[in-house]
Amino acid sequence: MELTGAEVIIECLKAEGIDYVFGYPGGAVLHIYDAFYKQDDVQHILVRHEQGATHAADGYARATGKPGVVLVTSGPGATNAVTGIATAYMDSIPMIVITGQVPKHLIGNDAFQEVDSVGITRPIVKHNFLINDVNDIAETFKKAFYVATTGRPGPVVIDIPKDITAEKVAFEYPSEIEMRSYHPASNTDHSQMKAAIELILKAERPMIYTGGGVIIGNGSEQLHTFVRSLGFPITQTLMGLGAFPASDSLSVGMLGMHGTYEANMSMHHCDVLIAIGARFDDRVTGALEKFCPTAKIIHMDVDPASISKNVTVDFAIVGEVTEVLDEMNALLGPATNQINKGAIEKWWAQINDWRAQDCLKYDRESEIIKPQFVIEELHKVTNGDAYITSDVGQHQMFTAQYYGFDKPRRWINSGGLGTMGFGLPAAMGVKLAFPDEEVACITGESSIQMCTQELSTCKQYGLPLKVINLNNGYMGMVRQWQEFFYEKRYAMSYFDALPDFVMLAESYGHVGIKVEKSCDVRPALEEAFKQKDRLVFLDFITDREENVYPMIPAGAGLNEMILV
Amino acid sequence: MVYEENNTEAVEMRHIISILLENEAGALSRVAGLFSARAYNIESLTVAPTDDPTLSRMTLVTTGTDDIVAQVCKQLNKLIDVVKLVNLTDNAHVERELILIKLVAEDERRDEVKRIMDIFHGHVIDMTDTTYTVEVTGDSEKIDAVLKALEHITMLEVVRSGQLGMARGGKGIV
Ligand SMILES: Cc1ncc(C[n+]2csc(CCOP(=O)(O)OP(=O)(O)O)c2C)c(N)n1
Repeated sequence: MELTGAEVIIECLKAEGIDYVFGYPGGAVLHIYDAFYKQDDVQHILVRHEQGATHAADGYARATGKPGVVLVTSGPGATNAVTGIATAYMDSIPMIVITGQVPKHLIGNDAFQEVDSVGITRPIVKHNFLINDVNDIAETFKKAFYVATTGRPGPVVIDIPKDITAEKVAFEYPSEIEMRSYHPASNTDHSQMKAAIELILKAERPMIYTGGGVIIGNGSEQLHTFVRSLGFPITQTLMGLGAFPASDSLSVGMLGMHGTYEANMSMHHCDVLIAIGARFDDRVTGALEKFCPTAKIIHMDVDPASISKNVTVDFAIVGEVTEVLDEMNALLGPATNQINKGAIEKWWAQINDWRAQDCLKYDRESEIIKPQFVIEELHKVTNGDAYITSDVGQHQMFTAQYYGFDKPRRWINSGGLGTMGFGLPAAMGVKLAFPDEEVACITGESSIQMCTQELSTCKQYGLPLKVINLNNGYMGMVRQWQEFFYEKRYAMSYFDALPDFVMLAESYGHVGIKVEKSCDVRPALEEAFKQKDRLVFLDFITDREENVYPMIPAGAGLNEMILV
Repeated sequence: MVYEENNTEAVEMRHIISILLENEAGALSRVAGLFSARAYNIESLTVAPTDDPTLSRMTLVTTGTDDIVAQVCKQLNKLIDVVKLVNLTDNAHVERELILIKLVAEDERRDEVKRIMDIFHGHVIDMTDTTYTVEVTGDSEKIDAVLKALEHITMLEVVRSGQLGMARGGKGIV
């Protein structure tokens, strides 16, 4: 039986086991929408802005590990998706973005709603395709999913001219695909591993530093074994939080610009650094020439291009994190009794001294609501077990510092691109994936306004999210930089007009609650989570000029923190 | 310590890289885009289909420190369209470039140009009453030498192909 190109697309999605597509219609994709109309296997979630579709698919992917799928029209549909594609790209999130294109004979003519989607997205995708022939649809989708989900994952754009989606073809989905030009690295180098292990066993001041790669690669279990069998301290990046439990005594918290004192000091003074699925981002390393000055570095990563990109490493092990750590654990095995126990004990004593600094202390008795306090209370109310998305700014850092993530894929934020507007739509994707789990979006009064329209999507699909607005009246993170580095000249980091968020939430059909005193924080949170089937928007009026501490100013070393 | 090491290694060198890539629309722009997005240098770049029409062969000349060129190669390898990449600089290889020059050749200049072409094993491939068009192939040093030898003659147009490269020995990259 012959299918139209549009029907073939649906069949491809079904073959890939896709349950949700996030999208927004338009002329170039009308055949595809017509095909959606005629089936019930793949549910289409209608967002209010294409950026929302990309972040929702992204949130879905981060929470589940499965690829998120987006469908948008040509021209403005595609350009509106660009921010979300770049966001997914920077954090290596598997995503398929189907963009409609003008009919083939019009391509290059400046046709109505024509943009070169493949050209525009080229630097922000793992790969992209323009399909020229209806016969190529199935194979292209197979390739796209394969590329997006293997190796170091990433978004893949498929641009499809409208005429092709109406043409007919016999459908057959390839069961396997071989691409001569794409072979994700998977062979692990034993000589490097053995050398690395020798170094690890001799270490006197070792440090394990892990990143988002452990979460994306589902390597948590292997990481637990690795860290616990060694008994070494572990610090995790913003993107890595949850891969190893924050509540474990071996965890010294997050590192980097807003990392803990103990994590950054341990990094600075360590003699062997074991980096796993982390990419030595500038927000983590601080000034490169001052980074880990006394350490030999071992780096395990799935992406060969991450090795020695920013920091030259001594031993590199390239492969899937699960495979690499399984082999490392096997090689380590009983050898862990050769660890330099005396030195490690001294090292822990030093680290515990740094811990005693209690760098995350703040005024817990404050009557004015402290943003940190809201996050700590949220942790208690949700037993530390909610899926938490965030936007970008101080509230994001406070969440990373104070929520204490114990499980992978629970902490969902835009770390690489730092995209304000990410939190709410991402939370929609998470809630659709896990309808029975608590999902909260931590945001700020500035960030939330970048994708507020999605409150309407939440109403349509009955997504009972909890939106936690830490409303300090400022673009807090911008204001903090202006306070520290621009002598408090608060240029444009303040809105003279803000909506009444309670009324805003209510107008979208949700529940809005304004909270102004510390003593009301806990009851408000409890009330919000009691309302199982309602989206509750909590507008917390917080301390206006609270800062995120510790902070490493840009260009400083990890040992040069500003403390409270 | 690490800092000093990096500093002493930071000599910029010329590298010639041979790339086999899918002969598909957009493959070339992916390579070119990578260089501009990451602020790497391209000195020259040649590309054409191979005997297998589904593949193109590209020769790319870049300059950079060893660290940077290693990154360039890794990033190129990461492009989905790149099938194979060899940094020819690492081993014995041959390089050739073709230059076409249209120059004013009148009176005694006509013989002089032909003599220079003999020396460089070049050819006159087109002529008018007043001009010659000549071709010379060779490595870049030779091409530079030709240009130097013709310096005093008025050149109307110069076209260089950029480098082509191939490893020496019996093995090919496929
Ligand atoms: C799309 C986008 N534009 C601008 C920025 C720069 N930026 C980073 S944090 C921030 C302020 C965020 O303010 P708010 O959402 O109120 O959070 P707060 O820092 O106050 O917690 C801005 C403007 C950004 N990250 N993303």
